[in-house]
Amino acid sequence: MYTQALDSLGKECEPGEGADEARLEARFQSRVDADEKIEPKDWMPEAYRQTLIRQISQHAHSEIVGMLPEGNWISRAPTLRRKAVLIAKVQDEGGHGMYLYSAAETLGISRAEMLQQLLTGAAKYSSIFNYPTLTWADVGAIGWLVDGAAIMNQIPICRCSYGPYARAMVRICKEESFHQRQGFEIMLSLARGTSAQHEMAQDALNRWWWPSLMMFGPSDAQSRHTEQSMRWKIKRFTNDELRQKFIDITAPQAAFLGLSIPDPHLSWDEGSGHFRFGAIDWSEFQAVLKGNGPCNRERLEARRKANDEGAWVREAAAAYALKQRARASAHASAEAVTAARAQSAATQGEHS
Amino acid sequence: MAASPSDDWPLFEVFIRSRSGLEHKHVGSLHAADARMAVEHARDVYTRRQEGVSIWVVRSTDIIASDPEEADALFEPARDKVYRHPTFYSIPDEVKNL
Repeated sequence: MYTQALDSLGKECEPGEGADEARLEARFQSRVDADEKIEPKDWMPEAYRQTLIRQISQHAHSEIVGMLPEGNWISRAPTLRRKAVLIAKVQDEGGHGMYLYSAAETLGISRAEMLQQLLTGAAKYSSIFNYPTLTWADVGAIGWLVDGAAIMNQIPICRCSYGPYARAMVRICKEESFHQRQGFEIMLSLARGTSAQHEMAQDALNRWWWPSLMMFGPSDAQSRHTEQSMRWKIKRFTNDELRQKFIDITAPQAAFLGLSIPDPHLSWDEGSGHFRFGAIDWSEFQAVLKGNGPCNRERLEARRKANDEGAWVREAAAAYALKQRARASAHASAEAVTAARAQSAATQGEHS
Repeated sequence: MAASPSDDWPLFEVFIRSRSGLEHKHVGSLHAADARMAVEHARDVYTRRQEGVSIWVVRSTDIIASDPEEADALFEPARDKVYRHPTFYSIPDEVKNL
């Protein structure tokens, strides 16, 4: 669900050295220009590979860490229906992480290495998951806003030039729609409920609105690598274009809910056909990315704990698989011996 | 920090038959300790919405693939054989059922 434009290319993109490299790059670019998909074993520039590894693994990590804030509410969901829905949603996020790790692996990085990068804090994940889920309304706000922003980001990636990433994204986007709708439904129930419930929904919107806008990444003026990513068709729209689109569709939804968006500068601009909005506090975004959001340490701690506490299960499964293989091969060689004996007995029988 | 699963667990490619009568189609890959676990994981990862009625898993290392670099040479022989297609033949309009 939760890709975020973190604006990072793997390496500075130096043009390839040598005539051969230049020829391959030219051919690669012309394939991308012709909207052909690039597949794992095809030649690709090293910087393209590194950019994708970083983007896809960050995306995968975001899915996995994204299970935590919502998982927090599974045991306290207000009804059995809400609980079943939330479990299914969190399970989907886990599945999305798996699709994406599997897509990243086709680029030559191992899953172990990616997990290690997450657990050591070397890899980034979407800043949005470093905010806490304080009330049940936050579960609604996450579905409506965070998944909504994620969908906006992800739909263009379904047409990404790298085949395995594009295919994973098609699958993810199909599943994502329910996430956003269930979130809106929660918001609607609360907004139409008691005044305390309405207030809870408003409070959740107040806290999630700006972090959701930050999910689209730094403004285009600050985004140094957008141009290269667009040329490679990893990215199809700029951060600001997607953010604007998100605001344009979300503002009327908030009005329908009877909730107010916490931005005094938000207003409809007839001339441009878009909503104008206030300045985003990018210092907050940078602080969260650097590890100083409200929950950064807690999130990583939870991942490490899960990894450590699950170690014995993985070891047991590996030992069991090893034992089964040993048994199967012992059984096979015993059968071979029996067959050879039978064969030799039969041959002797013929001769006697 | 404890080693992560995929250090030990091999990679499997997953193929799903979406409904009876259709072929199995590649959907992705996953790590598992053995083939049985791979089928169980594939159920959870790739068929949460009844996407399949049958699952195949195969160790990724057991797949032998053609080389994309050699695709031109490999598929070139079929390129000039348009006579393998029915539209290559001109039949007068008044002839029916051909």
